[in-house]
Amino acid sequence: MARMKFLCDAERCIECNGCVTACKNENEVPWGVNRRRVVTINDGVIGAEKSISVACMHCSDAPCMAVCPVDCFYRTDDGVVLHDKDLCIGCGYCFYACPFGAPQFPQAGAFGLRGKMDKCTFCAGGPEADRSEAEFKKYGRNRLAEGKLPACAEMCSTKALLGGDGDVIADIYRERVLRRGKGSEVWGWGTAYGPGKPGAQPPAGAKS
Amino acid sequence: MSRALLGAAMVAALLVAGCGEPEQVVVYKQGKYQGKPDTRAWDNAPLAAEQRGGNWTKGDRASWETQIKNRQLAQNEYKRIGQ
Repeated sequence: MARMKFLCDAERCIECNGCVTACKNENEVPWGVNRRRVVTINDGVIGAEKSISVACMHCSDAPCMAVCPVDCFYRTDDGVVLHDKDLCIGCGYCFYACPFGAPQFPQAGAFGLRGKMDKCTFCAGGPEADRSEAEFKKYGRNRLAEGKLPACAEMCSTKALLGGDGDVIADIYRERVLRRGKGSEVWGWGTAYGPGKPGAQPPAGAKS
Repeated sequence: MSRALLGAAMVAALLVAGCGEPEQVVVYKQGKYQGKPDTRAWDNAPLAAEQRGGNWTKGDRASWETQIKNRQLAQNEYKRIGQ
């Protein structure tokens, strides 16, 4: 069973913000809402600058789901975390619970008005008829129903951002790490080097 | 006499009422999705060929996953571009 995940390779991301632009364009996300963004650390420090593209990580045990008072979140068969905007009350609990700052709230009105939550859908739409006008207006384009992957990952120029079944993209990433000999620090031993021989244990202190 | 007995019984009942120990810990209950049902990606027919929607059989999850997997592998430039 596929379990859809994103994986961003910090060794490759060049902070071009192409993924952000692709997401905005593909889903016609309103002004002020950023489903995806690029975070850079050590900005300007030669040799130490690293960037990573962040959006909803579609957690296997999603905190947003746990705290939602109206239970508007659900997980699809592919492991994509989605929500029903007709049910969302815009309370913002999910924003505080999310470790990635993924939930966004449109603030188009006066007096700090906060609208219904909007977040990355892994380009999987929402609980409306697939590929319908209603789905597009509320949740954006449903590329999974078109047999495609999220626009951000598919258009990434350096292929830093990978999207798809966790096992498949981990294999792609692992091949890269083995070829270049570095870059496993962020995602851990298991993703970077695989399970290894049956029964083999990762070295002490390694992330799994 | 019986009134006095009844009164004493009521006072005794009130006195021991404070000795109870009701459970004060909230038991967390996992929420259940309350929204509208969603259709699944593989229940849609593929797009027309000119829209590059790929190829799978409507309703067949395995063929849709094969289609998606092919798209995923296209992200691997070692395989896509070759050596």
